[in-house]
Amino acid sequence: MPRPLEPVGRASRIALGIAFFVVFVAVWAVATLGGFVSKTFLADPLTMVADGWTLLTRFGFAYDIAVTVWRVVGGFVLAALVAVPVGILMGAYKPVEAFLEPFVSFARYLPASAFVPLLILWAGIGETQKLLVIFIGSVFQIVLMVAVSVGQTRRDLVEAAYTLGCGDRSVVSRVLIPSSAPDIAEILRLVLGWAWTYVIVAELIGSSSGIGHMIIDSQALLATGQMIFGIIVIGLIGLISDFLFKAGNRALFPWRMA
Amino acid sequence: MTKLVIDGVSRVFPAVHGGAPTRALEPTNLTVAANDFIAILGPSGCGKSTLLRIVAGLDRPTAGRVLLDRREVKGPGADRGMVFQSYTLFPWLSVAQNIAFGLRERGVPAAKQQAIVADFINRVGLKGFEKHWPKQLSGGMQQRTAIARALANNPEIMLLDEPFGALDTQTRALMQELLLGIWERDRKTVLFVTHDIEEAIFVASRVIVMTARPGRIKADVAIDLPHPRHYTLKTTPEFSALKARLTEEIRAEVVQAAGEH
Repeated sequence: MPRPLEPVGRASRIALGIAFFVVFVAVWAVATLGGFVSKTFLADPLTMVADGWTLLTRFGFAYDIAVTVWRVVGGFVLAALVAVPVGILMGAYKPVEAFLEPFVSFARYLPASAFVPLLILWAGIGETQKLLVIFIGSVFQIVLMVAVSVGQTRRDLVEAAYTLGCGDRSVVSRVLIPSSAPDIAEILRLVLGWAWTYVIVAELIGSSSGIGHMIIDSQALLATGQMIFGIIVIGLIGLISDFLFKAGNRALFPWRMA
Repeated sequence: MTKLVIDGVSRVFPAVHGGAPTRALEPTNLTVAANDFIAILGPSGCGKSTLLRIVAGLDRPTAGRVLLDRREVKGPGADRGMVFQSYTLFPWLSVAQNIAFGLRERGVPAAKQQAIVADFINRVGLKGFEKHWPKQLSGGMQQRTAIARALANNPEIMLLDEPFGALDTQTRALMQELLLGIWERDRKTVLFVTHDIEEAIFVASRVIVMTARPGRIKADVAIDLPHPRHYTLKTTPEFSALKARLTEEIRAEVVQAAGEH
């Protein structure tokens, strides 16, 4: 047995990570191909792959994937553009925090999915509505977490900056923002993951394209293979975006890794 | 020439949870001549750091005022460079960028910034470490960078708040020599807070002894040891005599402070 907190080597880390995927698929294959679970409820891995291939080659599923990615990224970028500056202001200036924090704390508990019917009324079933669901789901979370991170900036660094001649605005731009930048990047990575759940919910209702739309269509046909393929695609995209974010953070904030 | 005047400065911290307000610093007067190196010596909790923070403008006095070059201190500014006990280098900036921090703030041209940074890198012996992140440096190297960062700004006065407090004894001795060497060359006015008697005598030309809480000045001792000072000075009879005297002054305070708790 390894000892507590003892690090694991790079090679065995990768091997272990892959091993669980293998175990997962194996259990799934035994359950379905072995006849323990009815095909009506759960497709086996081979059917899933075949269904996925059909989706991609004959039903233009790649377009649905692109649409969904566009919606997530679009809504998320809009939310980040609004929320990051507001969060920084809240963290830096306590009156702004006192003014906005109670409302934002309230608003972030409003489930984005509950807004879907209302947003359909307001914005129809077009792209605006999809973007709005993701925007509402992300914006308050980002604001609050960024505000906390900026508010936790080390006071001694702020004091050092003042004794080096910084004014209030310089302290914000040269100390508060750079010191919390890695945290902000990490917050964005986290919230992007949540945005993926909102987009699927938005696509389940009143949509004619996207991964969520495909999943709900497949339900009508009892095509569990297609549904599972759709879910796995979402997982894979999440994995890729996570990887890109981490690589980006490593490149942007080398001082954190040193 | 008078550089700094501390005029009746006191500090009372407001009461917490119905307790009595804390009188951290009794009304204190101190006049610092230009080019003087003053050590403020006292047991922990004697308000010496509070006094320094008030001079820096990071804390407000309850009463009294601080005058630097006859102008009243209203807040922190680049004319008073500070080195803290905690490591306060900006972790996202390299050693060179840290030293240039204040210069960039003032909009000094890049070429001139580089020249000044290179000069101070040499003076604190950090050649070859310009591009390192603070995290990659030892405690002593971080404090050397912090001293260079404050000096590069060319302040009127240097405020050092137990800058070597977190370092091991050997590193500490080397840092004292380094600091003294820099001072002997520039003779910049220095206010140096410490609880280490030997350190105070070795670096300063005047030692102010403070009492235990509430803090006030108890003794003002001139250190007439010749410059340049060498580390062997610490074993001379003159040094020992001063050390014995200051030890007595401080001991009474420590005993009293310990009895309070």
